[in-house]
Amino acid sequence: MKIVVCVKQVPEVTNVQVDPKTGTLIREGVKSILNPFCEYALDHAVRIKNSVPDVSITVVTMGPPQAKDVLIRSLELGADEGILITDRKFAGADTWATSLTLAEAIRTVVPDYELVLVGKQAIDGDTAQVGPEIAEILGLPQITYGVEVALTSTRRQVRVTQEVEKGYEVIEASLPALVTCSKGEVVRRAPSFKDVINARNKRIRVVSANDLHLPEEQLGLQGSYTQVVKVFPPPAKKSNLLLQNLEAADAAKEIFGFLKEKRFVE
Amino acid sequence: MLNIDHEKCTRCKVCIRNCPFGALSLVGGSLHVNELCTLCGACVNVCRFDALSIERKKASPEELARYKGVFVWAEQDEETSPRKPRKVVLELLGKGRELADKLGEELVAVVLAGPGEVDTEVYGENGADKVIVCRHELLDTYSTDGFTNVMCAVITSKKPAVVLYGATPHGRDFAPRVAARLHLGLTADCTGLEINADGQLVQTRPAFGGNIMASIITPFNRPQTSTVRPNVFPVPGKYIGSSIVEEIFPVTLNRAAIRTRVVERRYLDKESGVSIEDARVIVAGGRGCQKAANLELLQELAQKLGGVMAGSRAIVEQGWIPHTRQVGQSGTTVGPELYIAAGISGAIQHVVGMSSSKTVIAINKDPEAAIFKTADLGVVGDAVEIIPLLAAMIEEKASS
Repeated sequence: MKIVVCVKQVPEVTNVQVDPKTGTLIREGVKSILNPFCEYALDHAVRIKNSVPDVSITVVTMGPPQAKDVLIRSLELGADEGILITDRKFAGADTWATSLTLAEAIRTVVPDYELVLVGKQAIDGDTAQVGPEIAEILGLPQITYGVEVALTSTRRQVRVTQEVEKGYEVIEASLPALVTCSKGEVVRRAPSFKDVINARNKRIRVVSANDLHLPEEQLGLQGSYTQVVKVFPPPAKKSNLLLQNLEAADAAKEIFGFLKEKRFVE
Repeated sequence: MLNIDHEKCTRCKVCIRNCPFGALSLVGGSLHVNELCTLCGACVNVCRFDALSIERKKASPEELARYKGVFVWAEQDEETSPRKPRKVVLELLGKGRELADKLGEELVAVVLAGPGEVDTEVYGENGADKVIVCRHELLDTYSTDGFTNVMCAVITSKKPAVVLYGATPHGRDFAPRVAARLHLGLTADCTGLEINADGQLVQTRPAFGGNIMASIITPFNRPQTSTVRPNVFPVPGKYIGSSIVEEIFPVTLNRAAIRTRVVERRYLDKESGVSIEDARVIVAGGRGCQKAANLELLQELAQKLGGVMAGSRAIVEQGWIPHTRQVGQSGTTVGPELYIAAGISGAIQHVVGMSSSKTVIAINKDPEAAIFKTADLGVVGDAVEIIPLLAAMIEEKASS
């Protein structure tokens, strides 16, 4: 059984700062990492692989040539092979063009897949759209916000514990299906030295625009329905009152007075 | 493709400094773009010499003009009877009214619901001209396939110019599915919407964890579709007594079309399952609360103020509170009347999730903490010491 995991290389956005003078992102020293939600998806795939026989994991990414790094990391974490979809023609792709390219690559390179796992969203774009869009293009049922992913005993269905507003729902869908993974109880694993060595013997295939059966006008910016017309820093925040060097009791009194003034306490 | 006119380029490097992706550099004295370019257009905007351009597709205005009206998916609160919309729907109607007026078109609410009673008056009272009601027993509870099929039928038949969805878990689940089926542009998690001089919807959203904002258009196909963050726009509620045109939209749907089934529901008890999205008062804790046990102090204060407790990603990762209570970019966007941030440093990912709160009080030991920039009142101190004293003062006041 083949599981496809889609992954994305992202800047570590928690460390991204805005230059107060120019209002643009300071890039120096910002690391590129495997998107954490993608890592959870991969972790679910590895758990399935470890619990039932005959499972192989293909990890797929689309990006510039250096996105290969996240494939290597994924191979270290337990994937069996990597697919790097890279071509200048893919640049500027919005979620639709990205999903179309990924879906076509999955269809072309891993035609016998049974389960597609993706992160619920990437921490740079935060759209959460690529998973459902791939599912629609491939004609698969989808389950979003998965925190536990398992196969049923017949291995014909996937059973997913889904995070919902009121708690959790357990949902089943027949394979092939697509699941987007949010966090849940999964603990991120660090690869061992042996994992790192093993990863070196695994294959990474490179897919370019010519390998896909898509007309050029459906790729990258040309194939995108949405276009970014302006990028700008977030609006400045309001000015405020900052009280320092108060004893705890005095601080509580100040806050109490403020709450009273604003009528939150009568 | 980013086109560089080397004759016009003065090598002033302004574009290099403004590229969010580090894709531009001077190579051998001339400007060079590498494979990191995502064609975001930041460089084109800042170039004063017109040396940079991006080739974009064009659409015929006649074709686009056939699509009319602003449609809002009226997500139902499945707990109510008769069914009422969630609060975000009213927020979208308020914003939708503005957009529809600018376009000179109709504002339409689209209800997908089961056979039970549905409150339709509320849509007129919040500015809609019309409500389209799609009813089927399979629409009584949400399913990706059921809702996708019916929404696609409505859009294909009615040809709206704009479709807005609340960026709720269900909205974010099926809006991309609809977009992919009908080949539509979709912009996620918008915080700003306006109509430009060309009659296009300009959608503004945060990216890079809220570090930059991007304005996005859908120039050559219709409808233009967006999911919109809850608690960003105000609830209108100013058309009380307005009448509403109700249209029943015929639905064909069979069970086989719905390919997922719920086999078990594990809902949290009411107290810990209470929604932070609609709370009037939120007391939120961060790493500065030091340990899970201290959150009881916050819970107590929240109770006394008639609110709920929430927290930052840091304490969700510690397992101190469930993810459903996380405020921020990867959690829930909240917009309460009062937000008290206790021991929260104020990373931008957190701030984007609470910056529409009306009043913010922040308590943190670090006078440099970023949260103070967002606060109406900032107090430098230990939240664990201050919060119980404050709770006691409120208690004393209430009993005197």
